[in-house]
Amino acid sequence: MTLLEITIITMIRIAIIISVLLLTVSYLVYFERKISAWTQNRIGPNRVGWRGALQPFADVGKLLLKEDIIPSASNKSIHTLAPFITLVIAFSTYAVIPIGPNVTLFGYDIPLAVADVNIGILYVLALTSLGVYGITLAGWSSGSKYSLIGGIRSSAQMISYEVSMGFSIAGVVLVAGSLSPITIVESQYGWMWNAVLQPIGFITFAISAFAETNRLPFDLPEAEPELVGGYHTEYSSMKFASFFLAEYANMIIASALIVTLYLGGWQVPYIDKLGLGETLTVLIQIGSFFVKMGAVLFFFIWVRWSIPRFRYDQLMSLGWKVMFPLSLFNVVWVAVLIMLFNI
Amino acid sequence: MSIYDVIFYLFAILTIGSGYLVVTSKNIVHSAFYLLFTLFGVAGLYVLLAADFIAIVQLMVYVGGILILLLFGVMLTNKVTDVKIRTGTIHIIPAVIGTGLLMGVIVSMMLRTNWKSEPGELPFTTTYGLGRILLTDYVLVFELLAMLLLIALIGAASIARRDNE
Repeated sequence: MTLLEITIITMIRIAIIISVLLLTVSYLVYFERKISAWTQNRIGPNRVGWRGALQPFADVGKLLLKEDIIPSASNKSIHTLAPFITLVIAFSTYAVIPIGPNVTLFGYDIPLAVADVNIGILYVLALTSLGVYGITLAGWSSGSKYSLIGGIRSSAQMISYEVSMGFSIAGVVLVAGSLSPITIVESQYGWMWNAVLQPIGFITFAISAFAETNRLPFDLPEAEPELVGGYHTEYSSMKFASFFLAEYANMIIASALIVTLYLGGWQVPYIDKLGLGETLTVLIQIGSFFVKMGAVLFFFIWVRWSIPRFRYDQLMSLGWKVMFPLSLFNVVWVAVLIMLFNI
Repeated sequence: MSIYDVIFYLFAILTIGSGYLVVTSKNIVHSAFYLLFTLFGVAGLYVLLAADFIAIVQLMVYVGGILILLLFGVMLTNKVTDVKIRTGTIHIIPAVIGTGLLMGVIVSMMLRTNWKSEPGELPFTTTYGLGRILLTDYVLVFELLAMLLLIALIGAASIARRDNE
């Protein structure tokens, strides 16, 4: 392939991923509202379009037309920059996640991820640790005590849970023997999903993912009764929408990561035994990735509307005294499994 | 000039330019913010040198860990944010002598070292080799560093707890 061809194919892949992601984010907000209504025995949005299906577009239109207020006590340049940092980091994380096996289109062998980076998992970890910046800087630059406390809480929380997240991933890397997401998915052939092999790692990773995305029960950074809106208290209009988008994009990335690392990615057990055609197999595999992702996303929303919020000291002691030892134990467990059964 | 040269100069400008802004900026949080770009530029240079693992670790440890803690410290000590830091020039003559000597040493080292440059295939990934070396040839240093970090951790905890006695 020439440089031009590689550039064009990569551009197309980026465009597809970004548009799918944006569309999923807007409909995720709609589903969150619908599911919450269902949980609380309400009706939910049902005015715009068929059963409220056009509600996300109405929301975006409203946010675009709102006045953009910059508080006079704020640090203007950083206040403007913070939402964009958050958004860019949230979207660029998606570059390494594979949604299907390699496909051959028009004579080109195309991997179904924007970039096949051989240290992809580390790339994801590095970008999630960068994600703290947007929130911290937003909290600091707003010049409001609620924002500042929200920003500081969020960074303390993210740093604490990153430790157990990293150790849970270490278990996955041990099994796959590689840091590339594509190899990790390929190593979970059949029923050898990591969720089956290392259930403890799966649980610690999922809980850390909840904490990293600031979702309930870990949404201390924006606990309404104490902090108004947390780090985005002083944001309005499209800048607020950027934080909102990034939050939901992070949720999608977290669920895509859970699927890739623990639920076998695009693998469907025993699909090669059925004797289907190659095209059909690939389509089913891509479909299975999205079905698994949807299930995890539903779980995220379900938990949010069922469980109350932790207190801050409970959150910290859970992170350091429970999650961290458990994830360390998981690494030992996986090492012993590999030694005994040679997987 | 190949595309790699262009990328190299872009990262070099990013690193040096933001480094200059770190020392000249009057607001300490802005300095910390510019340091983010300096560290980022260095990570980019590592990628160009085909040291992918080092580049990511640079991002994770320095940008994601140390700089965040630095920002944290600055934000929590609220008074420091209001202090205007002196960024003027003082003690010009000793500074010029000192930095001139350092620069001379670095440049002469650069020119005199017999750099090994062999044409060869770059490895696909450096992670495997690095892991092997760390747990065989350099295992003693590796373990000693782990001990050092543990001691630092215990020390920090004991300093933080002293008030309660």
